[in-house]
Amino acid sequence: MIFRRSNKLQDSLTRTRQSFFGRIAGLLGQSDITEQTWEELEALLIQADVGANTTIELVDALREQVARDRVHRAGEMQALLKGQLVAMLQANGHAYLGGEGGPLSVVLIVGVNGSGKTTSIAKLVRYHQQQGEKVLLAAGDTFRAAAIDQLAVWADRLGVDLIAHQPGADPGAVLYDAIHAAQSRRADVVIADTAGRLHTKHNLMQELGKIHKVAAKQLPGAPHETILVLDATTGQNGLAQARTFGEAVDVTGMFLAKLDGTAKGGIAFAVARELGLPILFVGTGERAEDIAEFDAEEFVDGLFE
Amino acid sequence: MFETLTEKLQTVFKKLSGKGRLSEQDVDTALREVRLALLEADVNFRVVKDFVSRVRERAIGADVMKSLSPAQMVIRIVNEELIATLGEPRKLTLSGPPPHVIMLAGLQGSGKTTTAAKLALKLRQSGQRPLLVAADTRRPAAITQLEVLGQQLDIAVHSEGDQLPPLRICANAVARARKSAYSVVLLDTGGRLHIDDSMMRELEDIVRQVSPSDVLLVVDAMTGQDAVRVAQEFNRRVALTGLILTKVDGDARGGAALSIRAVTGVPIIYMGVGEKTDALEAFLPDRLASRILGMGDMLTLIERAEAAFDQEQAQKMEQKLRTATFDLEDFLEQMQQVKKMGPLEQVLEMLPGFASIKDQLPEEVTGKQMKRVEAIIRSMTPEERRNPRIIDSSRKRRVARGSGTTVSQVNQLLNQFRQMQRMMKQLSSGRLPGVLGRFGL
Repeated sequence: MIFRRSNKLQDSLTRTRQSFFGRIAGLLGQSDITEQTWEELEALLIQADVGANTTIELVDALREQVARDRVHRAGEMQALLKGQLVAMLQANGHAYLGGEGGPLSVVLIVGVNGSGKTTSIAKLVRYHQQQGEKVLLAAGDTFRAAAIDQLAVWADRLGVDLIAHQPGADPGAVLYDAIHAAQSRRADVVIADTAGRLHTKHNLMQELGKIHKVAAKQLPGAPHETILVLDATTGQNGLAQARTFGEAVDVTGMFLAKLDGTAKGGIAFAVARELGLPILFVGTGERAEDIAEFDAEEFVDGLFE
Repeated sequence: MFETLTEKLQTVFKKLSGKGRLSEQDVDTALREVRLALLEADVNFRVVKDFVSRVRERAIGADVMKSLSPAQMVIRIVNEELIATLGEPRKLTLSGPPPHVIMLAGLQGSGKTTTAAKLALKLRQSGQRPLLVAADTRRPAAITQLEVLGQQLDIAVHSEGDQLPPLRICANAVARARKSAYSVVLLDTGGRLHIDDSMMRELEDIVRQVSPSDVLLVVDAMTGQDAVRVAQEFNRRVALTGLILTKVDGDARGGAALSIRAVTGVPIIYMGVGEKTDALEAFLPDRLASRILGMGDMLTLIERAEAAFDQEQAQKMEQKLRTATFDLEDFLEQMQQVKKMGPLEQVLEMLPGFASIKDQLPEEVTGKQMKRVEAIIRSMTPEERRNPRIIDSSRKRRVARGSGTTVSQVNQLLNQFRQMQRMMKQLSSGRLPGVLGRFGL
């Protein structure tokens, strides 16, 4: 991929490093492994939203490995933990839009209210534009007040076409029109917004399934990616979100938004492990440029530097 | 997945002997489960530590009341401590001469704009004259969003576009409120990160300029461990007077609210419980406490049932049950209504206590069985559905073939239905008044 990591990601990684994982690194830098080392490790993982269960399993596995391999130095233990974390994130990973497809790709964006869908879409547009691709947006959030206007402002700023209907219109029809328009205008990618919905609202999740089907019927293989936007500030509920959205629309990956705060997005580990969902991108700020492709190796490496 | 703390504790205590008084060992075993439950609910790690040690102190040596099992006793103490930590329900300050200024602040996507509209509606219902202020000049179309909401509710919105600094907009709005006799001014500020110094300074400036009587932090119920740091920072810079927890209509446990309350002392005032503009409720400590502990989700279940069931149909059904004229046609109709509530397994999981018996349940109660029953009934003629007694063995073979089942499965359904009818007859003849009452008939 030609896309280069923005400085913003480096900034936010540096901050993360200094705060949380920086502390792990400092902790693991000490020489011998003691009972206190384990306790602190557990505390640090839990405070990063990794979750009590995942943390306990991680730490137990690490303890076993440390005992079996007769590891005494905290530095070696760090390498083992790093390996585990990377493996967890890499499982089931795939390149974004890496599958076989025709000339047009459809990307469906889903998530709970306020997770950052619209802003993440703007970032994805910029990502495709940097690769010289023509993007068309579908204003599929016909529910929330002014959601269409919000996307229209971004479309205008980024100079891309937007297909929108009236507020309250059928989002499936919007996507149908958008795919048609994209085909006749020879666009490379359709990115479809959807209304934010809590995963516990059964009817709304069924509606999402319908939108998904509209895309598939319109274009074989579509949507080529269905991306769940997950707020990095989210705690343990992120797992339930990913599970339920996955059941409704076959989510293919995650966009981890708002990573520029102090939250660590540790729930992504549990999501990756239990549901095999990879993180494809991370959002690192409010501007369209503030996006980076997710790289597990680099990410975890960065955390331990 | 939804195994409740009570069930876990019951298992823990089953292994222990010698009740009457909670021993140190009993308590510690139980508290491990309490600790995990709180962490799963996103209560902050340090807050959990403090909380658990407080519960431990109270629980060790406590006499187990006669009417309670040791597990229930621990739950009772935990619940009481949770409610005490969450604090009494509080109202808005609304102090000083009008217009009272209320500022809403929080992270991006926490739900400020929606909450501002809900709050304005609530205040108008209590006799105030609210003015909404579009002070989020950064997020595209945030101003339009507030204007649309204001229009829907017929509540005035003060907006001056996105070119003026928010400080000016807020000051102008307060001046306008004074002139036009608005009694409450609601400032919808833009979402910001607590570590964004210049954005936080903007909030400080607004507070200095318009001296709000309430500064409310809007917090997403799904927030994780970081909630404490966010709230502390907002509190340090703009002295929060209250908290509004949003998106409580999801299944997040909302431990963040407990953490924030415990660490900053800022009281929780409202909870947002839906996307509709009237979905803002006064905070109730006991409801939030049982939610944090994961004690079933009866409220969600009830709400779903209300949404799915047609009132008129339900009454008709009740009538039929009473007069015992309930036939297979009605049975099918009722199944359709239950299906509207979501997959059966998911509905059942919301019942407290379901998790522990789930594995022992035969496959019968799952959705698969429901589908099979549906197929069998649909393969019957209308006459057969109204009067199942006419279904002889040749008809049974036809129904089995039509529904892709076996004759014994058809038999099974007919038997179950006959039993049901018999029970209903007993109910309607009033021979079991106690049971009757329990079913609300």
